[in-house]
Formats: sequence, structure tokens, C-alpha cells
Amino acid sequence: MTSLLWGALVGLVCGIVIAVAALLGVWAERKVSARIQLRLGPQESGPFGLLQTLADTVKLVLKEDITPTQVDVRIFRLAPLLVFVPAAASLSVIPLARGWAPFNIATGALFFLAVPAISVIGVLLAGWSSRNTFASIGGIRGASQMISYELPRTLSVLSLCVLTGSVSAVTIHDSFRWWWIPLNAMGFLVYFIASIAELNRGPFDLPEAESELVAGYFADYSGIRWAVFMMVEYGGLVAAAFFGAAVFFGGGLGIGGPVGALIFVGIAVMIVVTMMWVKWTYPRMRPDQLMNLAWKVLTPMALVQLLLAGIVTAVIPWH
Amino acid sequence: MTLNIESRTKTVSETGLPVDEIVVNIGPSHPSTHGVGRVLVHLDGDIVVKADMIVGYLHRGIEKMAENRTYLQVCPLTDRLDYVGSMYANWAYCRAVERLAGIRVPERAEYIRVIVCELQRIASHMMGIGSAAADTGATTMFIYAFDVRERIIELFEVLCGSRLTYNYVRPGGVSMDLPEGWTDDVLKFTSTVRRPLDEMDKLFFGNTIARGRLKGVGVLSAEDAVAWGASGPTARGSGVNWDLRKHDPYSVYPRMEFDVVIGDNGDAYDRDRVRLLECYESVKIIDQAISQMSGGAYKADGLARLITPPPGDAYDHIESARGSLGVYLVSDGSPRPYRMKVRSPAFCNLALVPKLAVGHTLADLVVVLGSLDPVFGEVDR
Repeated sequence: MTSLLWGALVGLVCGIVIAVAALLGVWAERKVSARIQLRLGPQESGPFGLLQTLADTVKLVLKEDITPTQVDVRIFRLAPLLVFVPAAASLSVIPLARGWAPFNIATGALFFLAVPAISVIGVLLAGWSSRNTFASIGGIRGASQMISYELPRTLSVLSLCVLTGSVSAVTIHDSFRWWWIPLNAMGFLVYFIASIAELNRGPFDLPEAESELVAGYFADYSGIRWAVFMMVEYGGLVAAAFFGAAVFFGGGLGIGGPVGALIFVGIAVMIVVTMMWVKWTYPRMRPDQLMNLAWKVLTPMALVQLLLAGIVTAVIPWH
Repeated sequence: MTLNIESRTKTVSETGLPVDEIVVNIGPSHPSTHGVGRVLVHLDGDIVVKADMIVGYLHRGIEKMAENRTYLQVCPLTDRLDYVGSMYANWAYCRAVERLAGIRVPERAEYIRVIVCELQRIASHMMGIGSAAADTGATTMFIYAFDVRERIIELFEVLCGSRLTYNYVRPGGVSMDLPEGWTDDVLKFTSTVRRPLDEMDKLFFGNTIARGRLKGVGVLSAEDAVAWGASGPTARGSGVNWDLRKHDPYSVYPRMEFDVVIGDNGDAYDRDRVRLLECYESVKIIDQAISQMSGGAYKADGLARLITPPPGDAYDHIESARGSLGVYLVSDGSPRPYRMKVRSPAFCNLALVPKLAVGHTLADLVVVLGSLDPVFGEVDR
């Protein structure tokens, strides 16, 4: 009974975290992109325009909930949920302190990598049920991209599992050694790039490529249903950053206490800002180039990293 | 990535349409149609097998409207042709009128026209490569290009009060003399513009992803460019050495030293980069024109308000940012043109879309469209 209550509480908190992450993420994206593009970004609402996204949220919630006539209504309404729930669930296994994650399960790392993949179904259904060529192409592009990048992303984290001999995110987080950072540099690069692609962010934002597909798989969504897709993007961004910081950098580089927590958040914020920096600097790739990158560059890189981790584990009996 | 379409066998449905094709309607309201273009694309998977370019959504009948206006009243109409480069249409029309009516233009006016039109060329090319970059998702490049364009628009605002439709070049000269200190502002602009241009060259044309997106896409051979009537950067990107400023010199261009920028491969990358490199040449021309310019009249003396050319016809063309822009005028001896016809380079270049896009992916279609830099005001007229 208590575990059920705890589960409900964590679920609620994860949902709220995603909403807050979207609020702050959209604001940060606007500010970062503005600084890159000789602009100022939000200025008027609240200090540094912080309340701008809150105002946008109020607008989106109050908008008419439009369901276009030609869509497959039930699937159309289900799709945003199918995208949102896995993203929220994946948050619950991120180790936030030494020996502690909201859900400390033995397969935490695998859970984090596998569960968001369910979002693919939501993306595909959103595109399919819209009965719109742009949305269909966007949905299919999204599905193929997310499945392809699942592999290098998982492989890059797998080398950490080999080093620690565990697939528990908390164990990986706790047994951090400083020399893992140079050892896993290539793995982290693969994780970073694959995470961007996994989140459909630029330069891999083909499923929602504005100049080709207008808005891709959520072209027919508006109001709060549209906002759910945006929330998932930013929630996923924050989740990828915190999980990356937790497993590749041991949270706060293995340092405990408030200083460690500060370093942890600092690393995560740096990952988020770098992802935004990349998005606002590079043009978008073409679908075939994207697939080439996943299968011919990132996957071999992740495999080499895995081999490296295996050799190190075999040669140095450190644990 | 290209695919040989002819070699594929197709399953055909009862209606005669191949069953594995889908039809995607892009435009007339779409982020990357540069206005109101419309392309009906037949896709096999992600490969374009057929692309129909549909134009006419911005047709305002400018050529017909011109028949009911006096020669001076047509000037503001020509602004609305290529609204990204109004000065060109002004100038091409005025040259035709001047030829028809035998008006001599003072030297100072010719220099002013060269200066404003080269500024306009930079502004137009910034719009062209900026939106071509935005089509590939490089929005930062778009903003950087618009930053440069904005500085030119501000110069034009000081010059004639307008930011987009200038109505500045008039038959016999220009509408008013340069404001005091304006040439100093222009020199300040030309001395500082190379840095942002270099920056854009590195940011976009030096970028690996951008090179991958643009190189080898929409390749146009030099023979085809000539055969299809392409002109301007579209033809020069394919290695066609054709620039009216050099090869049919007009105004004071023979006194200017500049190079014609030519591409090698004729792909989208070359077309876009030719535009950027032409901006450096325009800067050279502006500097020379300002140093050569002397005082004098800015418009022809004793010109009647109502121009009444003798019966006859005249054609004249100039090198606009999009290519050879020509205006053909027929006069019946009345104060209104009997017929006006505009040879629009954007229209001729846009005709290449069905040819260039086939065999590429849908993502490449917008790159092809962007590399032709169409302005639909001039396409549809």
C-alpha cells in the first residue's frame, strides 16, 4: 500500500517536474537563442521575462480544444498521453543523491533508456491519426529516427554498466571514479548526440522540420494538446541532462553534500545550454544523412567505447 | 542522394496512379515557399518523382494596370514587382522609358542609381541566402543576414523615406538628391560590412551540415542554365559567365572594376554562395562609385511632367539581384504606355524547380526552391 502511495506521489511530482522544466526550458531556450541571434528575448513579463512562459501556458490552457473533423478521434486524443507518460516515468529513476533515486530499482539505467522509447508509438499515432500528409511523414520520420538513435544511446550507457558490473543507475552513480571521465569521453559524446536526436531537437529536428513539414506529427494539434508535446521535449531535455550528469559525472563528480548537489545541477545546466547552443548554430540534417550518422558513425563509436570499457574492466580488477 | 526514377517499375492502381506514390501539397501558404509559391509534389517514399510548380497566387495584373497610367504613375507599380529589390524594377522601367522618349540622364544620377542598386543587391542577396539558410533550419544565419539587410534598409529610409517600395529611380534621374552626409553613412556601412559577411561565410557555408545539405543538390549544368533561360546567380552558379553589368554594359558600370563571381558545380551550394560573394563585389562598386561621383543635376533638366514619347517600342534590361530584368514598352504616342511587358528573371529561374527537384528527397526540395531565390511579386506580376 505504501509503495502504491509512493508511486502515485512520485508520478505526480514527475508530471509537475516536466511542466516546470518546460516553463523554464522554453524561457531558457528563448534567452539562449536571443543571445546567439543578436536579440534580447522575453523582457517585459516578470524579472528577465521569466513569467513569459507562464503567460503562454495560461493562453494555451484557455484555448479551444480543437479536434479536426478528419482525424481518428480516439487515437488523436490518446497520442499526447502516450508521449507524455513514458517521459514522466523515466524521470523517476534518475539518481539524485548518493544511494537515492525516487525509484531505486535494480535495472534503473535500462529503465531510463527503454521506457521513453514507448513515446515512439505516441509520435507515430499522432502523425497517423491526423490524416494529414505532413503529419504522417513527420510521424514516420520521428519513429525511424527515435528507434535508430535508441541503439547508440543505449550502447553508450552500457559501457558504464560494464565498468560497474551493474545496470542500476544508483550503483553507477555511486561507484563513480574521476578517471572515468576521460575513459568515457567518446561514450558521453555519443550519449549527447543521440539524446539530441532522441528528443527531436535541432540539428535533428526532422520530424517537426518547420521549413518542410510545418510542424510534423503535431501539425494538427493546438492548445493544451500541442503544449503536451512541447512539455515532453523540454522534460526529456532536462531528464537527459540530469541522467547524463548522474551516470557520466557521478552526479556532483562524486562529491557529496550541498557542494556536490550544486556541481550536479551545474553540469546538467551546462548540458542543457550546450544542446540549445548546438540547435541554434547548426542547420538541420537530411533524413538519409541522419540515418548514416546513427548507423555508420555513432553506433561504431559506442561499440568501440564498450570494447574499451570491457578491456579496462578485465585488465584492472578495481572492484 | 539521387535515384534514377525511369528505371523503377511501378504498380499502377485502377485510376492509373502509381499506388506507392503520395501527393503532398506544399503551399501556397507554407513556411518555405518564399511567399505564395505552390508545389504539388509526388513522393515515392521520401523521393520526389514529380514536382509541379504552380504560380499565379500573387498576380495583380501590374502589366495591364500600367496601360491606364501615365509613364510617371507606372513607377510605383514597378516597386511592387520584386518587393525585395524595388530599385531594380524602378531602374529597368526608367531605362526603357528613357530609351523610348530619348531622355538623357545626368551623370550624377547614373552614379546615384549604381550606388542604390548595389546596396539593393546586397540587401536582396541577404534576404536570399538568409531564407535559403532558414529553409535548412539555420535560423541564426537568417537573423544575421537580416541584420545586414536592416542597415541598408535604414540607409534607404534616410534616402527616400521608404523601407521597401522606394519609387526613387524616376525617368530622367532620381526623385531627389542624396541627403547631406548620406554618402558618409554608406561608406561607414561598406567599411564595416565585410566582417559580418565573413562571419556568415564561416557560420553557414563553412559548416559541415550545411555543406552536406547543399552540395550536390539540384545540379544545373551550364548548357541547361542557358537553355532554360536562367540568369543571375542561378546561371552563374552553374559556371555561366553572364552578367549584364559586364557583358551588356549600361550606365557607368564600364568605369567600375569588379569581378563576375562564378560557381563550379551548379548545385544549391554554389548558387547560394555566389550570392554571398557577389556582395563583396557590390561593396567594391559602391566605394568606387562614391569616389568617382561629382556634383551636378540629379535629374534631367526640362523634363515634362507628362512624358509623351513618340510612337514606337523600346526594350532595356539590367542585372537585378535575380538576373536579367527586362522591360519592354510600346508607345502609341499617347501619355500612357500602350503595352508593358516585364521579363522577370525570378519567373524564368523558378521554371527550373520541376527539373531540379526530381530524384531528390522532400527535404531537398525546399533547398532547391531556396537556392533559386524566387520573389513571387515578380514571378506573378
